[in-house]
This record gives sequence, C-alpha cells and structure tokens, in this order.
Amino acid sequence: MTQIGKAISRLEGWQKVTGSAKYAGDYNVPDLLYGYVVNSTITKGHIISIDTSDALALPGVIKVFTHQNRPGLAWFDIMYTDMDAPPGTVFKPLHDNEIKYNGQPVALIVAERFEIAREASALIKIKYEEMHFETRLDRNIEKGRNAKKGLATALKPPPPKPKGDFSLAYDESPFKVATEYRHSTEHHNPMELFATTTVYEGDGKLTIYDKTQGTINSQIYVANIFGLHFKDVRVLAPFVGGGFGSGLRPQYQLFFSVMAALELKRNVRVTLDRKQMYSFGHRPQVIQKLRFAAETNGKLTALSHLALSETSQFEDYAELVAEWSHKLYPANNTLFSYKLVPLDLYTPIDMRAPGGSTALHAIECTMDELAYQLKMDPLELRLKNYAEIDPSTDKPFTSKALKDCYLKAAEKFGWNERNPEPGSMTHGNKLIGYGMATGIWDAYQFPARVEIGVNAEGKLLVNNATTDIGTGTLTVMTQIAADQFGLSLDEVTFGYGDSKKPFSMFQGGSAMTASTGSAIVIAANVLKKKLLDKAKEITNSPLKDAELKDVMFTHGRMYLKNQVEVYVMLTDIVQANKGKTIKTTNLGAPHMFDLRKYSKMTHSAAFVEVEIDKDLKTITVTRAVTAVAAGKIINPKTATSQITGSMVWGISKALYEETILDENLGKYMNMNLGEYHIPVHADIKQLEVIFVEEKDELINELGVKGVGEIGLVAIPAAIANAIFHATGKRINNLPIHFDELL
Amino acid sequence: MENFRQINLLVNKQPYTLAIKPYVSLLDALRDYLDLTGTKKGCDHGQCGACTVLVNGNRVLSCITLAVMKDGAEITTIEGIDHPLQNTFIEHDAFQCGYCTPGQICSAIGMLREGKAHSRAEVAELMSGNLCRCGASMQIIDAIMEVKSGGSNE
Repeated sequence: MTQIGKAISRLEGWQKVTGSAKYAGDYNVPDLLYGYVVNSTITKGHIISIDTSDALALPGVIKVFTHQNRPGLAWFDIMYTDMDAPPGTVFKPLHDNEIKYNGQPVALIVAERFEIAREASALIKIKYEEMHFETRLDRNIEKGRNAKKGLATALKPPPPKPKGDFSLAYDESPFKVATEYRHSTEHHNPMELFATTTVYEGDGKLTIYDKTQGTINSQIYVANIFGLHFKDVRVLAPFVGGGFGSGLRPQYQLFFSVMAALELKRNVRVTLDRKQMYSFGHRPQVIQKLRFAAETNGKLTALSHLALSETSQFEDYAELVAEWSHKLYPANNTLFSYKLVPLDLYTPIDMRAPGGSTALHAIECTMDELAYQLKMDPLELRLKNYAEIDPSTDKPFTSKALKDCYLKAAEKFGWNERNPEPGSMTHGNKLIGYGMATGIWDAYQFPARVEIGVNAEGKLLVNNATTDIGTGTLTVMTQIAADQFGLSLDEVTFGYGDSKKPFSMFQGGSAMTASTGSAIVIAANVLKKKLLDKAKEITNSPLKDAELKDVMFTHGRMYLKNQVEVYVMLTDIVQANKGKTIKTTNLGAPHMFDLRKYSKMTHSAAFVEVEIDKDLKTITVTRAVTAVAAGKIINPKTATSQITGSMVWGISKALYEETILDENLGKYMNMNLGEYHIPVHADIKQLEVIFVEEKDELINELGVKGVGEIGLVAIPAAIANAIFHATGKRINNLPIHFDELL
Repeated sequence: MENFRQINLLVNKQPYTLAIKPYVSLLDALRDYLDLTGTKKGCDHGQCGACTVLVNGNRVLSCITLAVMKDGAEITTIEGIDHPLQNTFIEHDAFQCGYCTPGQICSAIGMLREGKAHSRAEVAELMSGNLCRCGASMQIIDAIMEVKSGGSNE
C-alpha cells in the first residue's frame, strides 16, 4: 500500500485553477436555447390566469410553458419519485394551477438569449387566488405528528422506544437540566447555480449536463417522467460546484430543461438565479426540548430529547434528531420523540450533517449546562459517561476512538489552561471563552458497482457513476485503485460523473469512499483472479501453477510473492487476450449480515476559543481544534479539507447563517448572498484537524468511515459553550447574534 | 434588431468585436458570447465574487459591469492567467468544488497588485468579497500568503 494514506493534491486541480473545469451551465453546445423560470409570488392558492402574450411578442422569445400548455407527462405520482424522495407525493412542476409554496415554479420562458428570456419573465402577468397559509413552526406546534413511513424510513427510522421510567428518574435525580433550542431555516447555497444543459440528440436520446449529486438519480427521474428508455438518457456531472445535499434530489431546472428540449427538439439550458436557489429544499426549522439528569458523581440517569420539525404538505421529510444523545451516553431512563408539522413550504432536504448538526448542538450544550451544575469540568463529564458499547442498542462499535479524540484535541488546544469561571479569562478588551463538544455521525455505506479493467497499455481503468462534488472522490478512488495493483496514480484512470458508468447512489451521507471505494477493492480482487487465469493461458507461462494467494502486483507486473523474479507483464496478458481490455464489473455492498451485531459510528471532539469584545459583544472564533475518529484516512490532504470545510460550516451555523421567513407573506426575505450570511475569509482564523488512529477491520474492505459531515456536528455547541464561558450567557437559538449578548 | 451596440474587447490578448444589447453584463458576454466559461456566475448581484476578472489589471465584478462600459478595455479571465497562485492553490488544497476558484485567483492577483495588504489579516480582509461555500478560506489565504511572501506563510 503506497498511495493510500498519502497527502495527494487533487488530480483535477489544474482544470479548476485554469477555468477548463466545466460545470453543468458551462456547456455552450450549438444552437442553444436559454430557459428562465418564473416563480409564484403567492404562498398558497391557485392561478386564475396567466397572460403570456407580451412575453411571446418580445423578439427572440421562442415559447412560454405553463401548466396550461405543458406536454402530457407521466400520469402516476410514482414516476416522479427519485431515489431520495421522502414518503408522500412528489412535487410535479407545472402539473396544475395549484400553488403549494412561495417561489413555486409556474412558467418557463425559452428564448434565443438568456437576457431575452429574463426580460420576458417580467412581462408575464399572473392572476392568483390566495388562500390562508401557515409557514411558521413555532406557531403550529400543536400540529406535530409522527412522520409517515416509506422507503426513506430505512435510513431514517423513528427514535428508539423509551427505557425505564424517565419522569420518575428525572424527578428523583439530584442534578437536572431542562433546555429548549430553536433553529432557523438554512439553505445550502452551493456557489454553483443549479443548471441543466440538455442536448437533444434525436431518436428519443438525450445527453444531459446536470448539477446533481447523483447522475443515475437524475437519469431515472427523466426517463420515468418523459417516458424515455433508460439507456437513451445519459446524465453527466463531471464537475459539481458544491452540493451539501441540495443535489440529492433532481431539482426543477432539470425537469424544465428536458421538457423544453423534447418539446422544441432543440438544445436547452435552464440556469436558476440565486434567488431561485431558495425555492427548493432547505434545512428545516426545528424546536428541541431536552431534559438530562445525573447523579452527584456525574453519571447520567435520565435522557429525554423531544424534537419538532417542519415538512411540506405533500412529503414527510424526516431527520435523525432525537436519538443521538443515547448513542453517546448511557442512561437507564430515556424518552425520545420526533414529530413533524406540515407547513406551506417546499419539502426540506438533507443539508450537510442533517439532523446530527441540529441535535448535537442541543445535546452538547445541555451537557455543558449539566457540567456547570455539577461543578465538573465539561470534558470530565463526557469521560465519566463514556460509552464503550452503543447504549441505544447495546451493540459493540465496529471501532470507537472517541476517547483519543477528546484527549488529543484537549491537549493540542490547551484545555487545561481553562479557568471554568464564566467571564474570568480576558485578553485586553476581549473576553475569552473556551468551549468543547462531542460529535457523532453514522458510518454509512451504499451498494455500488464498479467496472475495473486493464487495457493494452497496461493502464488500469476504473468506472463508477458517482460524482465528485468537491470531496476529493476522483483523487481518493484513484489512490485506492492504484494500490490494488501496485500502480502509480498516472497508471490509473477513474471514470465518474456519468450515468452510463456502473451504479452508484447519490453522493451523500459521507458514504462515497466506503461505498465506491469498497466496491473497487472487491472488483479488483475479481480482476486479479481473471488476470491470473489469462496469464496461465500464455504458452510456457511462468505463473501456470500459481494460485491467487501466491501472486502480487506491482507497476504492471504480476509476480510470485516468494519469487519476485518470476513474473508476467500485464500488457502481455492483455496481448494474449488479443489486445482486448480484461475487465470485470462487481458489486460492493455493506456487510449487512456480519454488521447487524454492531453499531457503526464516526466520532469527533471539538475545542473552540472565542473572543468577544467587552463593549460591542462582537464574536470571533479565534481557534478551533477538531479531532476525528473515522477509521482509515485515504488522503490526509483532502480529508483535512473536508473537516476544516465542515468546521467553517459549524461556525456559520452557530454565528451567521439563517433564512428569515416572513410569516405574513409566507416567503423567505433574504434570498441572496448579501443578506444570507456565511463566513467570509476574514471570519475564519485558525482551524486545526487531528485524525486519531482508528483501526476498523469490521466495517468494510478498506476500514474507512467517511469524513464529509463529522467535522460539522460538534462545532456549533462548542461555540455556544465557549460564548457562555466568556459571558455567562446561554443563547440557545441559532445563529447567535452579538446583540443578544448586549 | 435595434438597440445593438458594437464594442471591441481585448480578452486574454485576443481582439473580439461584439454586437450586443447594452443590458448584457460583461459576465454574460464572456460566458455566452465568447465561450469563456471559466468565469463563473454565482449570484449575478456582485455579492459573491465568483465572476471576478481583471480589467486593465484591476479586479472587477463582471456580473455588475455592463459589457458596453468596457469597450476598448483589456480583459484577463482565468483562461488567460499564468500565475504562481495556480500552483499554490493546488498545493494548499485551496478549493474543493472549484467553482469560486477562478474568481478567487483573479481577485488575489488584483489584490496583490493593489499593494494594500501587508499582513495575513489584511489579505483575508481584502479577499473577503470572494465567498467560498466549501469553507476553504484558511487554505485560500495560505496559498495567497505563500505567493505574497515568496514562500513563507506569514
């Protein structure tokens, strides 16, 4: 193994620094038409009339699509269902005159030029009949109900049943904390605008450049809705300008681009503008109530976490919120609940560390309050309640190096220099606060098929339909594949971002390295056997008596483990195969049967320093250290960036970002990057990452767990706890604004 | 059709003549009319910096600049950049998805030329008009500092 574990720079780096990396909206194919979407300005009701005559009269406008003239489409709701659809009925663009949410797409203008389509959008006159709507979670608490069950429930089961007698234990415990947390809506806002360029190939064939986290998900969606053969729909996404969950489901620009291309028999691009990026999918508003109780020695006796979240009127989007505390901490008495309130908004969608980042903020702030009540160091309280086996299932972990995370990060940070008294640490005109928190995330793995082969030049070709949304997938998969045959990176080509390649789920859940990576190992082992069999067929083959266990591979050779000088060149094997690439396609899948007795978790510990201006109360995160236990790290460079990027997201969640909802209008009020605040470069100071050793021989072929989200979950609580340490104020609603400290 | 203006642009040392409506942004002119798609549209409101290009050497937000305003100007887009920052960005992993990267690099070149930033904090402040949603801020400033200080990082 020589490539795995190396800090390799991204293999597609040069394309990204020279502008040659092409994203979905960058394909200027011949005779391209431009689509511009018109969105509803009311929140709920009906369209009475749409007057498109002025728009159509504008020179250069080709067509205006509305619910009145859209082509006939698939009849059954199930045909619109994508791989990530929650239980319910999928939203169908231009289906009828009903308005379900503010910003719902109601028309598509197609024109010769982008500017003309946009100009025409201002000329569309729509009359609406408005109805009463509800968009605020906190005004509709009484409507909370259990989430409907469906396919998605497999990954998002309801919280575990109660244990013991929570109320009694809570009442009788000497130390207890009851807390409430409110989170605003958030939008993913990847830098790339959602865009689809559809190339009309004729004969019912389409080539589609889509902004998506799942090429096959988009392919299935298009084929089903428009009645095309799967093989005639090719979806490409070689570069994706960030996703963070927003591309887990096909978004409406895909629908519109394909509909217009098929109807007009032309190449059509639809690019959403930034405001429209707020018209599909978001992290939901959540209200959480927690009650934790402990003995005098700090041992937890009772845990309760009740969460109330929003969903749309048509789908039941659920997150895992209520159960995390019991995956971290043992307690004999528990009470968990997760309920949904349907509101007149679009269905929420997974956003980086969905559920976990919401829950861990509440859990780890509640633990901090409890530590103060107990007069115990917050880190000591975590160690006192450290779980060697998963308390929520009584199953052992495949691996868990959280204790190492705590200790290594605490040492690096200098936690022992902390004076626990709030407001006691200062630096000039600044209050200094130290805070810490724990992180936990699922170690998911999805099924994936990988094609792997050796060609006449002795190069290794590896193919899978996954995307690389900036995670480093191309680089990491190339490293994994290279090591299977002892090759250098330039001897391996990883093909991806193409629905024609073998199956991959969408890129989400921090699961890609485990999913596609494990499938590469499995397929490589099959290929090795195939190569050996072919090698034996060569006349006077020096390997004719060898078995798979006897041979090894390095730089284009298959050789005897115990006799290095006895070898066959891979190029000679392919030549003996008449020069045809020798290849195999195999499925990698989670070891469901073996792993059913285990809990599979990634862990982290975060330590944060904040500086708060004594007079102005402005908050700066001056230092943050995150230690992560995520099994084997394939590429420390790209993995570190996943963690520091997530830490920036944690800082953003704690201090900056929120979509503000006007309940009278039922619409978001800050749908632009000037008013939707995310950290700028000047807000980000020193971020440090430690990967602790965590050997996991059970979880999958590679011993990897994924690093896309674990870096985010602990940071918001660590910041809120540091703010308390600096000021003595507990601000439980995110984001924390400095004026709340005045 | 009426309302078309003829303009001349020197883009990446290549002369172009365009007949466009006055309301076409420099960004759309580059992307849709000249097929220079390395320059990205992230907001179209001058809020994110993804569209940053160099006009006569100065960094400019091409999405809030009308192409007709730059008649006769010399424009450099990411496709015309050959600068040490490109290597330090790769080396420091100063991008993930890469979408903001052309704007970050053009902006950094313009910022260094302005000569106003004398410290890491000032570089970060003067680069804060270029958003990065992947959260690569620290690595971006690292990459710029390496070029600014000719190798050292502070």
